[in-house]
Amino acid sequence: MPVISSIKREYLSKLAEHGKRADGRKFDEFRKISIETGVASRAEGSARVKIGNTQVIAGIKMDVGEPYSDSPDCGVLTTAAELIPMASPDFEAGPPRGDAIELARVVDRGVRESEVVELEKLCITAGEKVWIVFVDIHILDYDGNLFDAASLAALAALFTTKVPAKRFELGEDYPLPLRDPPVSCTFVKYNGVVVADPSLDEEEIAEARLTVATDKNEDIRAMQKGLSGSLTREEIKKVIKSSIDNGKEIRKILYKSIGK
Amino acid sequence: MKSKSDVKLIDGHGKRIDGRMPHDLRKIKIEAGILHRAEGSCYLEWGGNKVLAAVYGPREAVPKHTQNPLRAIVNARYNMAAFSVEDRKKPGPDRRSREISKVISEALEKVILTDQFPRASIDVNIEVLDAEAGTRCAGLTAAGVALADAGIPMKDIPVACAAGKIEGHVVLDLGKEEDNFGDADLPVAISPRTGEILLMQMDGHLTLKEFDEALDLAIKGCHAVSDIQKKAIMSKYESVLEVE
Amino acid sequence: MPEEKREIVIPSQFLGDVKKNKAGHGTFIENGKIYSARLGILSKREGEEYINVTPLKGRYDPIEGDFVIGIVEEASASSWLVDINAPYPALLHVNEVPWDVEFGETEKYLNHGDSIMAKISQVDVAKKIQITLKDRNLYKIKGGHIIEFEPSIYRRIMGKKYSMIELIQKYTRCRIFVGKNGRVWIDGDAEGIEKVLQAIYKIEREAITFGLTNRIEELLKKDAKDVR
Repeated sequence: MPVISSIKREYLSKLAEHGKRADGRKFDEFRKISIETGVASRAEGSARVKIGNTQVIAGIKMDVGEPYSDSPDCGVLTTAAELIPMASPDFEAGPPRGDAIELARVVDRGVRESEVVELEKLCITAGEKVWIVFVDIHILDYDGNLFDAASLAALAALFTTKVPAKRFELGEDYPLPLRDPPVSCTFVKYNGVVVADPSLDEEEIAEARLTVATDKNEDIRAMQKGLSGSLTREEIKKVIKSSIDNGKEIRKILYKSIGK
Repeated sequence: MKSKSDVKLIDGHGKRIDGRMPHDLRKIKIEAGILHRAEGSCYLEWGGNKVLAAVYGPREAVPKHTQNPLRAIVNARYNMAAFSVEDRKKPGPDRRSREISKVISEALEKVILTDQFPRASIDVNIEVLDAEAGTRCAGLTAAGVALADAGIPMKDIPVACAAGKIEGHVVLDLGKEEDNFGDADLPVAISPRTGEILLMQMDGHLTLKEFDEALDLAIKGCHAVSDIQKKAIMSKYESVLEVE
Repeated sequence: MPEEKREIVIPSQFLGDVKKNKAGHGTFIENGKIYSARLGILSKREGEEYINVTPLKGRYDPIEGDFVIGIVEEASASSWLVDINAPYPALLHVNEVPWDVEFGETEKYLNHGDSIMAKISQVDVAKKIQITLKDRNLYKIKGGHIIEFEPSIYRRIMGKKYSMIELIQKYTRCRIFVGKNGRVWIDGDAEGIEKVLQAIYKIEREAITFGLTNRIEELLKKDAKDVR
């Protein structure tokens, strides 16, 4: 795997000391985000998200199946993420690695815990038949910040999903019942500074990473800290504030893409 | 669920379900160099198919025991996204994907100048995002563009196209219903410069005469698609040349 | 002097006959005919025998004598494995460095992530590559910044008779070392480094156009400090 030179590492650190980032962004600035929906016509819902050069596609497929035994009258949601070899010279084909699993679980938790999908409205026959929502995420181009790109792609795809009731002879197709979405923002820390939406280089030198999902009421809906470095309470507070601010902007872009 | 007897694939004038005539190709759109990390890449739409191809390499082949001391090995990996088909496909390679990966690797190996890179591998990733019959032809065609885009030395840019038989008529480039309810499907890949056949598979039932007709038609289709590939490769640079 | 045609050619394109021409870089011969093997720029001058295709893209192909920037991957007992941005890593043996390294003490001198300016000393038939630091101006790099660029535009960054690289150095007052392997080391103040980066990215984007040197000069002139 290509090594990051310590010179590049030191250069980025030095820039940070002067309040700068290698690509000229401010510390709390995200790269350009673009969202395109309806990119996979055989999916019930789909979206392609670009954050800078990072590109992720999410597709939603639905099926009818058995509910979980502890929630017999709720639909089922399951998320899978594939770090396909096309996205990076370091990804190899094969069973999911730790990163892919963590990514899928973080996105899944974000979608599930926030109760974006109103699973209680996806029951067909309690205890027997419910709707199953499959969220499949494909990373196409990896240039930093997979968490936010993947979460956003999953959300945009869900928001354009139509329940395929007709195909299963359960009535007319209808939009997937959803609540207001939380938006996730990821930050990394290196050389004492905390920056938003890390580029690939910034991720490689990062000591700690924090993802925070906030909703339109500015409440916190999910959090995930990664890597072995530490964060101070002050830093965490700043990250939460920045997540709320950036989250507002990202939510606007999301709504625009789904025609809200 | 439609059954074979319900669907009329071709009428008395030769008009097919989607309005095409027997020798018409579906609409094809090709864009080169659309990914940032991959050395070469291509996004291709062919009828309802949407595929992405990405190339990494040449790079040292791993694991080491797979290295060939005289030339590069070509690893093509064809995969269908879970959401690319009507009934969700479980992620991961299945037997069909593995077989397609193998025949595509072999086709590409023939045209790549592999002896320039001993012990290396050239890795080609083909991802089907939306499937509508003919994905292996779309995938190989996209791979050809991605390889050229990556600067891999080749004797030719490989291209693929299928022909088939529906209700007794030999037609070009089967669509979804034609593939499901037709009588034969013949995907073919060629090296357009020499006409050599790099990939060929056949499903269904053809007489010798029908086979000859179908093969001719598929090869004609390949040449038409080859023109589109070449335009796509050039257009990326032509637009830069105009900025003077 | 007739201007070089900037014709873009693709793999399999027919370029000429072996009876009239000789097959140069980026081409192959089949049945007495010369074809392009690469996506690149055709170089076929009137009165010249060789037909060459200069690739627009492609991985760096190491050649003995090339000066490159390497990044150390790992240190073994008597050698280091170095990433030189090629399909294969390079080996740097303890005998090929200017220091007296004891067996097993390699990490004291070069470690994972260190950058070096090196020279390709040997490439064998199986493409096993060896590099050396034993030459003038080769050493372990400290400070500055390293970025990667498309190796095939090396010549454009240097320019005819080094005209382009000297132009960049003049306006930015940075020390610049351009590795043949698509890596460049830049040292100077923050503004200078930033300007060099902009120039290199612009050259990368517009490598095949004419008049590039003038446009780069204009770019560098914008809020330039006084020129030496």
